Amino acid sequence: MSRLPSSVSTTNSLDGIMAKVRHDFPALQQSVHGKPLVYLDNAASTQKPQSVIDTISHYYAFDYANVHRGIHYLSERATRAYEDAREKVRNFIGASTSREVIFVRGTTEAINLVAQSYGRMHLTEGDEIVITEMEHHSNIVPWQLLCEQIKATLKVIPVNDTGELILEAYERLLGPRTRLVALTHVSNALGTINPVKQIIAMAHAHDARVLLDGAQAAAHIPIDVQDLNCDFYAFSGHKLYGPTGIGALYGKAELLEAMPPYQGGGEMIREVTFEKTTYADIPQKFEAGTPHIVGAIGLGTAVDYLSSIGLMNIGQHEQELLSYATETIGDLPGLRIIGTSPHKTGILSFDLRGIHPHDISTVLDHEGVAVRAGHHCAMPLMGRFGVSATTRASLSVYNNRSDIDTLKGALDKARAFFSL
Amino acid sequence: MMDLGELYKEVIVDHSQHPRNFGRLEKPTHKAEGFNPICGDKITLYLHVDDNDVISEIVFEGRGCAISMASASLLTEALKGKTIEEANTLFHGFHALVTNAPTQATQNKLEKLRVFAGVKAFPSRVKCATLAWHTLQTALTRGDQRATTE
Ligand SMILES: Cc1ncc(COP(=O)(O)O)c(C=O)c1O
Repeated sequence: MSRLPSSVSTTNSLDGIMAKVRHDFPALQQSVHGKPLVYLDNAASTQKPQSVIDTISHYYAFDYANVHRGIHYLSERATRAYEDAREKVRNFIGASTSREVIFVRGTTEAINLVAQSYGRMHLTEGDEIVITEMEHHSNIVPWQLLCEQIKATLKVIPVNDTGELILEAYERLLGPRTRLVALTHVSNALGTINPVKQIIAMAHAHDARVLLDGAQAAAHIPIDVQDLNCDFYAFSGHKLYGPTGIGALYGKAELLEAMPPYQGGGEMIREVTFEKTTYADIPQKFEAGTPHIVGAIGLGTAVDYLSSIGLMNIGQHEQELLSYATETIGDLPGLRIIGTSPHKTGILSFDLRGIHPHDISTVLDHEGVAVRAGHHCAMPLMGRFGVSATTRASLSVYNNRSDIDTLKGALDKARAFFSL
Repeated sequence: MMDLGELYKEVIVDHSQHPRNFGRLEKPTHKAEGFNPICGDKITLYLHVDDNDVISEIVFEGRGCAISMASASLLTEALKGKTIEEANTLFHGFHALVTNAPTQATQNKLEKLRVFAGVKAFPSRVKCATLAWHTLQTALTRGDQRATTE
């Protein structure tokens, strides 16, 4: 990965970098319930570094104007910043041209866009869409809606006991009516990193297109959409240290060009008459209305921030921490980790016999530890593992071993509290 | 900071680990399923209401957090032998208890259910405490249907 700095190789200097990283995040400097905050809910959303916060306030304070409209200095400057952000995102995911990068509200909107624009144009009655048992609801429901609209069928790749996709079953699902495979790059509830390159190649062999949900991947592993050869890639800014309300959809240019608009309005047109409207070229065709300008610019800064540390370094740091966390809490009596693939990001989803995740979460919160308790918007997957909910600790660049020790201590307290 | 012991009173922990009246009725006169879409907690309430509007039998089954299970368990204990009207009064009283300051008279009526007073300080847990009660309302007013906390 040439775009990743590779200057840091030893664990010691990596630790040094990571120790500094923590100071970049003002939110982490606070206490909750009188305890220093230990933020382990990063799969839901990450905290923001000072550079992103500064970008946003600086933009509103000094550079603010609408984009692609005004023939005046501020608007030109805003347009440049907005398009620079697109270029940063392009570089971040390895797309060949920034025309392939569409700014959207987030992963959810990106998937809905593909379902409604690509899906309604290219799929018909009897066609098949393949998803997986580990999808977030946002990569299930848009396809169900589409299936209802066009009478297509949804097929589901099952998951094995370690939380990996069963590829033999996938192979059997692929057929002459398979048009689209939509799956998550990394599971939000298990942490499993799916073998997406292989999955994509298998789909392409059947002439099916592939959408990757990168919501849980983009902040943790390097993305190269050309190397993966995916047709669409979706992710959210707020999970990679950027603002909420902004994300990106990557799509191959030839696909995007052939797709009808998703929404109509300003920005996305070339010429409007009451008889006929022609549309702007991509990516503007898919960006109707005034976009989330500051969000995009903030996302650009978040991408800069990630690149300055390096996705390789981040990945290494999180893997080390994941091993430490798995060892530290893994042998608590009654604790079962759900998602035990060797190919995982820093997500620890677990069941603790005798204590419901909500109660664990409340006790942990009182120790300053923020985790997620619930079904993680993946109810079918919870059913697969015979639970209605799990507790999930999810790691990110700013977490450290002491966070894990605090988590362990808090879990001990929860067990004592419920006399287990 | 609110003490955790105020939320998880001994009675609550006990009822969550050893729920009373747990099971089902074969021929209930009233039945409803309650579901909290945020956390996936689910309970089903079964009632037998006799000709005098008295709840002669009430049991529940389901799974969820300590607060929702204890709340369902204590609800069944509190309502057995009560009239529908008394049950409605308790519903409103319980709601007041976990969301604002109930009057002394209301508190007195709630008797053992007052152990849930601590829930008020934990806004994210109010829905856990009220799930069984919303399910009760559904069962009593609409017969056999689903209640949700949303
Ligand atoms: C795997 C996965 N897909 C999709 C989403 C939805 O992302 P967003 O809510 O930002 O649109 C999430 C986040 O919750 C996720 O974890």
